[in-house]
Amino acid sequence: MSAPIAPLNAKKNPNAGVFDGIGLWLLSPSWIVIGVFLLLPVFMMLIFSFLTKEFRGGVIWEPTLAAYDQFLFDRGLFGDEPPTIEWTYITIFARSIWQAALATLFCLIIGFPTAYYIATRSARSRSVWLFLITIPYWVNLLIRTVSMKFLIRDTGPLNQFLMSTGVIDSPIHIVNTNFAVQLGLFYSYLPFMVLPIYAAVERYNFALSEAAWDLYADRWTTLRKILIPVVKPGIIAGCILVFVPSLGAFLAPDLLGGAKTFMIGSLIEEQFKGNAGNWPFGAAASMILLSMVLIVLMFYARQQTRAQAGAR
Amino acid sequence: MKHTKKLSAVLLAAAFTAGTANAAEKLSIYHWFEYIPQELLNKFTDETGIEVTMDTFDSNEAMLASLKAGAMGSYDVAVPSDYMVKILLDSGMLQSFESSELSNFDNIDGPWKDPSFDPGRKHSVPYQWGTTSFAVNRDVYSGDINTTDMLFNPPAEVQGKINVLDSQGELILMAQLHLGLEQCSTNRDDVKKLDALLQESKQHWASFNSDGAKDVLVSGDAAVGQIFNGFSTKAREEGANVEYAFPKEGYVAWMDNVVLLKDAPNRASAIAFMDFMLEPENAAAVSNYAQYKAGVTGAEAFFEDTIKNSPELNAPDGSPDGTFIQACNQEAQALYDAVWTRLKK
Repeated sequence: MSAPIAPLNAKKNPNAGVFDGIGLWLLSPSWIVIGVFLLLPVFMMLIFSFLTKEFRGGVIWEPTLAAYDQFLFDRGLFGDEPPTIEWTYITIFARSIWQAALATLFCLIIGFPTAYYIATRSARSRSVWLFLITIPYWVNLLIRTVSMKFLIRDTGPLNQFLMSTGVIDSPIHIVNTNFAVQLGLFYSYLPFMVLPIYAAVERYNFALSEAAWDLYADRWTTLRKILIPVVKPGIIAGCILVFVPSLGAFLAPDLLGGAKTFMIGSLIEEQFKGNAGNWPFGAAASMILLSMVLIVLMFYARQQTRAQAGAR
Repeated sequence: MKHTKKLSAVLLAAAFTAGTANAAEKLSIYHWFEYIPQELLNKFTDETGIEVTMDTFDSNEAMLASLKAGAMGSYDVAVPSDYMVKILLDSGMLQSFESSELSNFDNIDGPWKDPSFDPGRKHSVPYQWGTTSFAVNRDVYSGDINTTDMLFNPPAEVQGKINVLDSQGELILMAQLHLGLEQCSTNRDDVKKLDALLQESKQHWASFNSDGAKDVLVSGDAAVGQIFNGFSTKAREEGANVEYAFPKEGYVAWMDNVVLLKDAPNRASAIAFMDFMLEPENAAAVSNYAQYKAGVTGAEAFFEDTIKNSPELNAPDGSPDGTFIQACNQEAQALYDAVWTRLKK
């Protein structure tokens, strides 16, 4: 019994953790999950995007660049005109990016003060506030989006209230507008902005603000030069957490925007679930979306490295 | 809801078969949402001792995509519409049966015995049939509604209050009927005319919504809504003052069918289910639930009065017959896919 223990102890250096030696094995479940359920499907989509489409869904194992060609070049409705730049998909991507950027901006404007407020409360009321922020997440996103539609529709409670108080005479059309989509995205992802900023502000040493105050900095300067630079990683994390899912969202555009125009998410969905049945093209559009998201994340990583370099 | 249904079907099936000594046979159905009453599934399990599980889909294309993405071999039967039966058949995804295997085969109603999408009914049996046109809120518009102008050249009262189905097949066929064009035509002028019409009409449409087609009419968000006739009946029963149109230019007709899938793990159960659905009483139970007509002789006897007198199910004299959606070839389909993408650009 005591024999095997001795050599183990002998090997141990004072800095070694409890899990040394078996650490790799403990990590293996997460590696398998990431590998099988994340990397493998993405890799499959990458391959699919370079294959020939099978009529009505599926792929034929012949390599081609047709999907990327379709994305980039317009050969007219009948495919026999000289190629020009295809604006259709660029427009769809630009629209999605614009929507996602606006949603991120609104979330930041509302989310930052909210997070700051919560982080500066007493420990007990902080947990109550955080609890309140997470409550809507107990309900499925689809249900929340549909409920939002019920609230803002022409005959819904919001319009009825405004009309009964005499603020307006006829209902304001909110459903099926871009504003409704914005509202939906903003509402869906606001907590993703609040929580990381809250975590950053909570760790912030308020003595720094006092020091700035003592050195005759006004409130605005203190916020700009001291608080924001310190909590910047939280702000960037929040922006990414809102921007990335907004970019691929299709529930809010479909339900609140009336699905009149494609967003990236619905364009991709249509290639797999819709009549088009063009899997390689859907895969190519996903890969282009993925590349864009990776560029944003690399930008973030660079910012982080810079911030750390600056700290030294 | 999908999971609730599946779960309850399993639980009930388990409850019924718990008493029997033999290991239960199974049946796996791939079905539209809200299209079969739970009591009917219970009755099937009661009569045959076969455990039923069911998954649901919301469009023919979604069903095809799911089957192609690896669900073949896990389901015994599915319930595709006419043109999708043809597509499945041409893709080799169905298996045939002999008419003698079904004791109720002769119950299939005359016109449905030899449909173009499955000649001789070797792979499918009728489930329900109906039409797709549009319903108009009579509080908003009181003029003549039996014209496709309501969608493509709408009167001022309903402009901006129109919901169309988010479904390429149904919307494009309505547009083709409006223009008097052939389906699946690859004629350049035809396709250009169709494209121009859709681009022009879109400004009058508020939304593209299929699952909410009934709700937007009931809530009043839409004054005109493209819709299946059974959903229009339900909208009316839920209090909306809507009338279902039978446009003089034509409208969409469809038939959903129970098909026997290739690689069905429980072929015998599938045959038993198809036979069960050809019993007039059972076919009528679906009709009474979904407000469509069954393609089964004798089912009328079990119809509730709401179906016999339904304005959505009985076209007025002089209305044209409905038109079935055709499955286009690859060249034509690519054109219509492009038109659809341009429409939603």
